[in-house]
Amino acid sequence: MIEAEGLSKRFGSVQALDGVSLWAAGGAITGLLGPNGAGKSTTLRILATVLAPDGGRARVDGVDVVSDPLAARRRLGVLPHGAGLYPHLTGRENVAYFGRLAGLGGARLQRRLDELSDLLGLGQFEHRRARGYSQGQRTRVALARALVHEPANLLLDEPAAGLDVMATRGLRALLGDLKARGICIVFSSHVMQEVAAVCDRIVILAQGRVAVEGTADEIRRATGEPDLEDAFVRATGAGAA
Amino acid sequence: MSAWLVVLAKEVTDSLRDRRTLFAALLMGPLFGPLMLAAIVSLTVERSLERSRETVELPVIGLDRAPNLAQRLRAADLLPVVFEGDMAAARAAVHSGRERLVLRVPEDFGARLAAGRPAPLELVRDSADREGAEAAARVRAAIAGWSGRLAAMRVQVRGLSPDLLAPLVLHELDVATPASRALLFLGMITYFLLFATLMGGMYLAIDATAGERERGSLEPLLSLPVPRQALIAGKLAATTLFMLAALALSLAAFAASLSVVPFAELGMRPNAGPAVLAGVFLVLVPFAMLGAALLTFVASFTRSYREAQSWLSGVLIVPTVPIAFAGIVGLEPSPAAMLVPSLSQHLLVTELLKGAGVNALHAAISVASSLALAALLALAVRRRYCRESILGV
Repeated sequence: MIEAEGLSKRFGSVQALDGVSLWAAGGAITGLLGPNGAGKSTTLRILATVLAPDGGRARVDGVDVVSDPLAARRRLGVLPHGAGLYPHLTGRENVAYFGRLAGLGGARLQRRLDELSDLLGLGQFEHRRARGYSQGQRTRVALARALVHEPANLLLDEPAAGLDVMATRGLRALLGDLKARGICIVFSSHVMQEVAAVCDRIVILAQGRVAVEGTADEIRRATGEPDLEDAFVRATGAGAA
Repeated sequence: MSAWLVVLAKEVTDSLRDRRTLFAALLMGPLFGPLMLAAIVSLTVERSLERSRETVELPVIGLDRAPNLAQRLRAADLLPVVFEGDMAAARAAVHSGRERLVLRVPEDFGARLAAGRPAPLELVRDSADREGAEAAARVRAAIAGWSGRLAAMRVQVRGLSPDLLAPLVLHELDVATPASRALLFLGMITYFLLFATLMGGMYLAIDATAGERERGSLEPLLSLPVPRQALIAGKLAATTLFMLAALALSLAAFAASLSVVPFAELGMRPNAGPAVLAGVFLVLVPFAMLGAALLTFVASFTRSYREAQSWLSGVLIVPTVPIAFAGIVGLEPSPAAMLVPSLSQHLLVTELLKGAGVNALHAAISVASSLALAALLALAVRRRYCRESILGV
């Protein structure tokens, strides 16, 4: 479970986050939706402990991300925006590297690698060097890497960026799978349909603030727009005004 | 396996599979110095041998006025040829560079010689022309030798000892031992070794931050439940390891080049046995650790691979500064000099190559000062890794 209260963050003269509060439950998918520059990546980076908030606090399974980042990271799998692989290592070696760093080894690591290979369908290409992978293959390996230490929480920053239709469908099915295993998933996107298709709850960000949040129905009701896309436009437009 | 060893193993595997890194780190860096040295020494040897053997043409005005002159000149590898023209033409020819030298035998040369009076010869030359100066020196020596013989003969004919002609004799004693003369060239080795060492780890140092960031693998790495110092320790260890491998290869290449290059022709005997090479390696180990920390630190400020590359190429020149300074002021090994990295290694390596052996106190200060600076820089790298700006946001 992930909770954040009043997160704020400033880069120079830009107030990237201005009091963002949200929560995401285990066994559910929470979508962070918003136009570019709304603060989605900054929020996820604070949750992932690579950025420190100027104000507010965030907890992962009750562990504070600022006071105990290592313990928080142990409970987190992170797929940052544009996450890259090591091109000279094979897909499996890429995942194994992160597994070893997280403390796995020997037969246990190999078992976990096999599991992930089945779960994400890496079998076809995991023994090839990552240099020649397609975007879809890269994303799947990067996801396996984020999941290698069996985190209970998963942060995905624009995971669908650059994926074709089939790969996007595969990702959607996978997120459903992970959700069924009780994992708490937070994922960001600027594409409404993507979020609507998989998310249980949606948090719409605009200009560093939470414009509106809730289930799709709740958002429709709150904005008075029967169409979710209109609701998104109204919500973010209201934030801009 | 502890996290830093995992990082070390991965960085080594990754770099060994990267042809560009391998080429630059373990081939170009270590071979550059020995090849340069071999080329420079071979060229020097060839040129000096060529010049001393080469027969130089010498245009002479009035060659027929001095029949013995031609023979004397030939003995000194000078080939006299007839110069068509007068003194003015000779001056113009040398001034314009058409001729290097012109020798003139005056009309009264034969008469004065026969009468036992000083018989003058005139040499037209351009003192700004270095090659001409060498030929002129040969002419001077040939004439002086001939003159000396004539003088000795004249004195003897009058029943006196030729020793009268040499009241003073200057004997020069050259104390340069063959090994210390070789140092002129071997002195370059230190810098080539430092250069090869740094080159060996340059690409790993770039990869540690700028490369990881550009590829997008830094953020997931920093999101792992691993303390930052473990990541840094592994990366610095891998960089140091590559630097030491490059150093070892470089030393082997130097040893090989020394057996091929004609040092003996220059009267040199370089001191580079296995014990000396091992000593040089040990002296440079702290420098490699310092270099790894320095390059990683500098690379952590750059935003891209390219930017890091151009910055680090500049850093590769930094170790030359103290070495050049030492060369200019003729610095001798002292405890104070040992406090300066690169300078201390340069002086210690020079002592080893001279065959002089190393002062234990000096070596200890060199190791301690380099390691202290390396540790400070490693801490600075850690600080950089703990800052948000490491992600380039």
